Amino acid sequence: MTEATQIHGVLDGHGERAAPLQTVYVYEAPVRLWHWVNALAIIVLALTGFFIASPLPSTPGEASANFLMGYIRFAHFAAGYVLVAGLLLRLYWALAGNTYARQIFYLPLWDRKWLWGVFYELRWYLFLVARPQKYIGHNPLAHVAMFAFMLLLAFMVVTGFALYSEGAGRDSWQFKLFGWVFAIWPNSQDIHTWHHVGMWLVVVFVIVHIYSAVREDIVSRQSMISAMISGERTFRDEHDE
Amino acid sequence: MAAHETFYDVIRRQGVTRRSFTKFCSLTAASLGLGSSAATAMAKALETNPRVPVIWMHGLECTCCSESFIRSAHPLVKDVVLSMISLDYDDTIMAAAGHQAEAILEETKEKYKGKYILAVEGNPPLNEGGMFCIDGGKPFVEKLKWMAEDAYAIIAWGACASWGCVQAAKPNPTQATPIDKVITNKPIIKVPGCPPIAEVMTGVVTFITTFGRLPELDRQGRPKMFYSQRIHDKCYRRPHFDAGQFVEEWDDEAARKGYCLYKMGCKGPTTYNACSTVRWNGGVSFPIQSGHGCIGCSEEGFWDKGPFYERLSNIKQFGIEHNADEVGLAAVGVVGAAVAAHAAVTAVKRITTKRDSKES
Ligand code: HEM
Ligand code: HEM
Ligand code: SF4
Ligand code: SF4
Repeated sequence: MTEATQIHGVLDGHGERAAPLQTVYVYEAPVRLWHWVNALAIIVLALTGFFIASPLPSTPGEASANFLMGYIRFAHFAAGYVLVAGLLLRLYWALAGNTYARQIFYLPLWDRKWLWGVFYELRWYLFLVARPQKYIGHNPLAHVAMFAFMLLLAFMVVTGFALYSEGAGRDSWQFKLFGWVFAIWPNSQDIHTWHHVGMWLVVVFVIVHIYSAVREDIVSRQSMISAMISGERTFRDEHDE
Repeated sequence: MAAHETFYDVIRRQGVTRRSFTKFCSLTAASLGLGSSAATAMAKALETNPRVPVIWMHGLECTCCSESFIRSAHPLVKDVVLSMISLDYDDTIMAAAGHQAEAILEETKEKYKGKYILAVEGNPPLNEGGMFCIDGGKPFVEKLKWMAEDAYAIIAWGACASWGCVQAAKPNPTQATPIDKVITNKPIIKVPGCPPIAEVMTGVVTFITTFGRLPELDRQGRPKMFYSQRIHDKCYRRPHFDAGQFVEEWDDEAARKGYCLYKMGCKGPTTYNACSTVRWNGGVSFPIQSGHGCIGCSEEGFWDKGPFYERLSNIKQFGIEHNADEVGLAAVGVVGAAVAAHAAVTAVKRITTKRDSKES
């Protein structure tokens, strides 16, 4: 679906010609909804995960009158389930939705033009070229980053559920599905450690992601943030090819 | 004659009464988590089945497994099980020595081909052709492989035989190697711990020798009956964990109140063992009960997962030893600085190119 609104040759009050605006519907509602639910779940997971590893100062009083650690862990697990449910629905939408809904789940490594695009965007971020290319979906570099992030989320889910299975017990479905993780790390202290390192990688992704979303929005003259809200990407540029 | 000899015959010959024998059966059945009918089944098996010989060998180790074993809580258990296993070969506790002792191995290997249990305490160091552990004039690894050939099954005692233990700590100069990495064609039962709990050890030996089959093992080859739950799952301090009440420093008020030792590095949440249920020294206590966190002594690589007194383990993959938070915060710092610098360059570029385009 491509809706293009172009107003040619119209002059405004200052006698300047209005830039030809092009708007394309990119991110469908399920993708946008998922994006924000997922972002929220991840913020909760990172915060509660941090406090699971380094708990808050002790609360006084009788043990039975307190359940702070229990609530923090509960919030972590609940957000973990939200994350997984979201991912599964998003995976479904990759099949049901438009082409842009599929992007983050594979890399078109066979596509030479796309590969060229990765290096071009890399050069754009290194200030080596003056202008970025325009893309309707993710630009190729963002595409690589998103794909890597999906792998990271899969890693967090797998290690997270393996840890969860320790409490749920050896006869739980979590252990049946994710018990193989203990064949890789027989000592679950290692799973804790790598799950924890994974959190920092998530934080690094989020920092870079938000920075580049805001930056692209301003510098590349293509709408970014509003595109993740309304679904429409606007190309506001004078010199179009 | 020997082929038809039963454990019961041996036990009676050692002066154990019939009454003590039945008592032993019910005690052991209980410790294995089996019902009273199992005690009868056990007595019957011990009376009728041909006895299973146990060969107990020692590689690179500290003998803490043997020390633990001979301190089984119930004197009766100790007597019976010891007389069961000391029958054949255990170079630290048997009377025979030298060539006489070595002859026993050869005899058992031949006479009970495919029927005897090989219990191994310690592990073989493989470096330099195995010369870091010489036993009977030969590298221990050769003796181990030779006796394993005809064994029915192998019991890997303790952290050494199961995982390698401190002699395998990085950089592991002698290349001490757990049994399952050396013997790959025999069933191996891992009974980890440093040492394992006496009741767990006697329980495992008794189970195999009486029923003539292996107990059910988990994914990592440990008997499910003793290793399917973590210390943390049955720890009596767990309510303080859930409440968020932690010891922050040794000897603080929280320590005196018996709060959870998580922040002091307790590895109970990642350690599978029976300490918090069976406890030690006849159920007197266990490390957490005496105010010290679990160090995870029955877990793979516990010796390299330090510090023992901190919640987060050090990560060695990055060269210098730092925990996940230190590595992560450093990464966030670097990336944050890079993003800030990038933003600054972007801003400068925008201003200068705007001016350029206006001028042109
Ligand atoms: C972006 C996703 C996630 C992040 C950032 C995250 C973060 C963390 C962190 C930092 C810890 C503490 C690790 C340590 O002990 O050092 C932790 C523990 C844990 N996480 Fe996650 N996690 C995520 C996803 C999940 C998921 C999907 C599950 C599955 C339900 C999960 C289950 C657990 C469990 C069971 C623990 C151990 C809790 C305990 O020891 O009491 N996590 N998480
Ligand atoms: C925890 C926080 C966040 C996570 C984990 C996250 C994750 C993601 C993911 C996985 C995508 C790909 C969406 C898809 O194609 O299905 C995406 C896209 C996007 N996100 Fe986020 N996001 C987070 C926060 C934010 C925030 C705060 C903003 C706004 C400033 C933002 C703006 C965007 C934009 C503009 C896109 C589209 C980028 C493009 O077209 O290349 N995100 N995000
Ligand atoms: S003392 Fe250790 S095993 Fe016990 S509840 Fe605390 S962390 Fe868990
Ligand atoms: S409490 Fe932990 S460290 Fe102590 S003996 Fe048990 S498993 Fe080993």
